[in-house]
Amino acid sequence: MVGLEHYLTVAAALFVIGIFGLFLNRKNVIIILMSIEMILLSVNINLVAFSSFMGDLTGQIFTMLVLTVAAAEAAIGLAILVSFFRNRGTIDVEDVNVMKG
Amino acid sequence: MTVADFAFFCFAILMLVAGAFTVVSRNPVHSVLWLILTFLSAAGLFVLLGAEFVAMLLVIVYVGAVMVLFLFVVMMLDVDFAELKAGMAKYLPFGLLIGVVLILQLAIAFGDWHSAEGAEALRRSVTPDLAETHNTAAIGRIMYDDYLLLFQVAGLILLVSMIGAITLTLRHRADVKRQNVLKQMYRNPEDAFEMKDIKPGQGL
Repeated sequence: MVGLEHYLTVAAALFVIGIFGLFLNRKNVIIILMSIEMILLSVNINLVAFSSFMGDLTGQIFTMLVLTVAAAEAAIGLAILVSFFRNRGTIDVEDVNVMKG
Repeated sequence: MTVADFAFFCFAILMLVAGAFTVVSRNPVHSVLWLILTFLSAAGLFVLLGAEFVAMLLVIVYVGAVMVLFLFVVMMLDVDFAELKAGMAKYLPFGLLIGVVLILQLAIAFGDWHSAEGAEALRRSVTPDLAETHNTAAIGRIMYDDYLLLFQVAGLILLVSMIGAITLTLRHRADVKRQNVLKQMYRNPEDAFEMKDIKPGQGL
């Protein structure tokens, strides 16, 4: 029988994969943004699993708010990425040093 | 093992494999496609948990909008992705170390985990019986009266992000011809053309 623990384990595994992706693709901003989306998805799985097993709908409302913020973050991140690429011709994170004194 | 359990394991394994391939895949377009598979499997898990509305939201908002945006940006930017992947082997040990540490921390938390006493009584909005209302109707009822302020703030965040994204990417190109509406409206017909009386057989 699949219980709350199974869902929490899957969410934890997805979280770790997301963090691993952040470290593995240190240069590529697009993959970093995707890893952040995965981390937020694992948080959402936790919220929905607790909401379902506790019988409280508040968790699903929170999931929707997290989804909203994640979508906004992706849009802003990609917009910054596009304008950065126009100015510098690369998306390498290590080249982001315009503000360095 | 029931059908629901089998479906859970299918979706969970599919989601984790797709997530791993998102991270290690060489081509970013493949990464986006694997991420789409991750989100679809997560939507399947949500359906199994009885949260249909959030599952459909995930499919529509993420797979339909955000992932298409990612795909669009990946294909629009002309980047040498092989060069960006060059340092991957260098970061692999460190990434694995951090991953193992995180897994250990989560396992420690998992080993000594239990619900608070009286957690059942503290529930703010109890899920109604499935025979009474659907998941979507119940969520709508809660969201539009208990959480109306949060709902409005979420809308405001989306508005701000939309304006921000447009301002960041909008640029005025000098070499493109544009319509100047005021110039058109204030144009004088007398300046624009003149009548010429052309004699037959002479031309202009």
